[in-house]
Amino acid sequence: MRHLRTTIGGERFTFDSLNQVMACATPLRSGDQLAGIAAESAAQRVAAQAVLADLPLTHFLTEALVPYESDEVTRLILDSHDTAAFAPVQHMTTGQFRDWLLSEEATTEVLAALAPGLTPEMVAATSKLMRNRDLIAVARKIRVTTAFRNTQGLPGRIGSRLQPNHPSDDMQGIAASIVDGLMYGVGDAVIGINPATDSIPNAIALMEMLDEIRLSYDMPVQSCILTHVTNAIEIMDRGAPVDLVFQSIAGTQAANTGFGVDLAVLDEAHEAARALDRGTVGDNVMYFETGQGAALSADAHHGVDQQTLEVRAYAVARRYRPLLVNTVVGFIGPEYLYDGKQIIRAGLEDHFCGKMLGLPMGVDVCYTNHAEADQDDMDVLMTLLADAGATFLIAVPGADDIMLNYQSLAYHDIAYLRESFGLRAAPEFEAWLEGIGLIDGGRLVEGNAPPKALAKMTGDAA
Amino acid sequence: MSAPVDDPWARLRSRTSARIGLGRSGAGLPVRANLEFQFAHARARDAVHRAVDFEALAKDLVPMETLTVDSAAPDRATYLRRPDLGRQLAESSEATLATALPCDVLFVVADGLSADAVQAHAAPVVRATLPLLDGLALGPVVLARQARVAFGDVIGHRLAAKLVVLLVGERPGLTVTDSLGAYITHAPEPGRRDSERNCISNIHPGGGQSYEAAARKIAWLGRQGLERGVTGIALKDDLPATQTLPE
Repeated sequence: MRHLRTTIGGERFTFDSLNQVMACATPLRSGDQLAGIAAESAAQRVAAQAVLADLPLTHFLTEALVPYESDEVTRLILDSHDTAAFAPVQHMTTGQFRDWLLSEEATTEVLAALAPGLTPEMVAATSKLMRNRDLIAVARKIRVTTAFRNTQGLPGRIGSRLQPNHPSDDMQGIAASIVDGLMYGVGDAVIGINPATDSIPNAIALMEMLDEIRLSYDMPVQSCILTHVTNAIEIMDRGAPVDLVFQSIAGTQAANTGFGVDLAVLDEAHEAARALDRGTVGDNVMYFETGQGAALSADAHHGVDQQTLEVRAYAVARRYRPLLVNTVVGFIGPEYLYDGKQIIRAGLEDHFCGKMLGLPMGVDVCYTNHAEADQDDMDVLMTLLADAGATFLIAVPGADDIMLNYQSLAYHDIAYLRESFGLRAAPEFEAWLEGIGLIDGGRLVEGNAPPKALAKMTGDAA
Repeated sequence: MSAPVDDPWARLRSRTSARIGLGRSGAGLPVRANLEFQFAHARARDAVHRAVDFEALAKDLVPMETLTVDSAAPDRATYLRRPDLGRQLAESSEATLATALPCDVLFVVADGLSADAVQAHAAPVVRATLPLLDGLALGPVVLARQARVAFGDVIGHRLAAKLVVLLVGERPGLTVTDSLGAYITHAPEPGRRDSERNCISNIHPGGGQSYEAAARKIAWLGRQGLERGVTGIALKDDLPATQTLPE
């Protein structure tokens, strides 16, 4: 325990446990305050960061924040740790590692090789020593490429999920939102619906509709109905057209139990989806969603701060080589992320930490109406994430999800990021957009009417 | 701010309230669409932060007896950050509830996240439900400031109610800012899980559940809950489909 004390400016700070150091070192957020584990003062926060900076990275391999014996996520993290990949940095303290990440030595190739050697706790601790600009600068260097019917994560590209939710799953209503999104070049990461009615027959009906649209227009996209993984297993059994299997996951076994999942059921779903062999340019078949605060809201946090637990969820995700991982950063509400400042910081942390662990990280840049946030905050976060090299972002018509009742990005925002920063859609999807005449020379075509080329989709005579 | 007459999206708009076909100024939202969005968000924010006028609400409920209490969250900012405090009774309100008033059904009205919903719809829902609870002993209506759903468990337990009906302002969306929810809990006491309640959500006149429809469901669930001694998942399984409820 000799590591867990420091003296700054003549004041002595002592911490009882690694969990306490981690929680106190985290930038202020309401979820840690709610859990009663946040730093008691601004000075104590910096002191905890100083303690972390001197802690060897190897310490995280010997002291578990969540007990190994009772938590399968901890066992997954420690049992699958790749010591050979870790070797180049094993002599470093957390602070030295942070400095090294920012240096020219940490190149795209070096960071890719390092990922299996890092644990979530190492990465979370490092992020607590980094400012927003540092999180952007390092994430930007990391390249994670995945594929199914198109390729996500290539340099100079940013993907997007088209989220055409409808409060009663009206098929024509959903189709209208899809047509609108395609006009803005949205949908390459996934066309994904959160069903209003979470029944198996309803999910199958939506899947069949999306598959029919895809086939009739020969679109290089993947679809997903965001239903529970056990439903997806049943649906695959019934032979319905499942592209991506979705699941919400968290960073402790107990929180995952709250979501009704464990590693065994995720293994089963992953295997079943791969066996369908529906991808054309790749075989990444999983789509995970996460978000800071999930474990606390399930009362399953073990006294660990919400940011560290979030990164532990990424250890679960990486076991399955997912096509997409999405942190739904502001959805959970102000009791976990109070305002725009906390949401922006959390979005950058999640993106950085996920990328460090080798995941195709996307973000739902979003907020609820009871958070101290607005669209200006989302503008800041999406612009920073585009700069940081986010794999994909979520977009809904006019930034207003009428089913889940929260605000995300608008289709327009994806067009803004691509146009203003010279980013492009996935190459296969971009070629399709050109071919069907929705873009011309990489630019959106003029006009606001629903495109004639997609008339069949909305029930209009072509 | 209505759509242009020759709106090519008109037919599609009839199938969804999603903000489709907004047009664009470069890659940005046209000014009108942007203002419509900002106005919707502003209204939702106002609904969250406005205070319910509980005196006016008490008058709306006359001749029913009312008691007004506070949760342990002293203000809105604390309420939003600390859900635990919104489930506890303020010390200053202890005296108000010092005496048990045993009853079959106790109504609690909590401001929750929408003052607009509570101000406009709580009294009409209580009034519409009362005749359907004929023969049951009712307690006073408890009006609760800065309170969440589980606050009803604390109040119901203190007053020795067999069943609590808690009406609460739901989190406002951009389209609907005044949606009321109703939670029915048998044998209320601190620590009840959400799976031990039945919920009726989306009560508002603008396309949601009408007062009368909500009242019928509350009364049905309340009577069933008392008769069978349970609410929540166990009761929900037997709830008749909407179309078979007596109209």
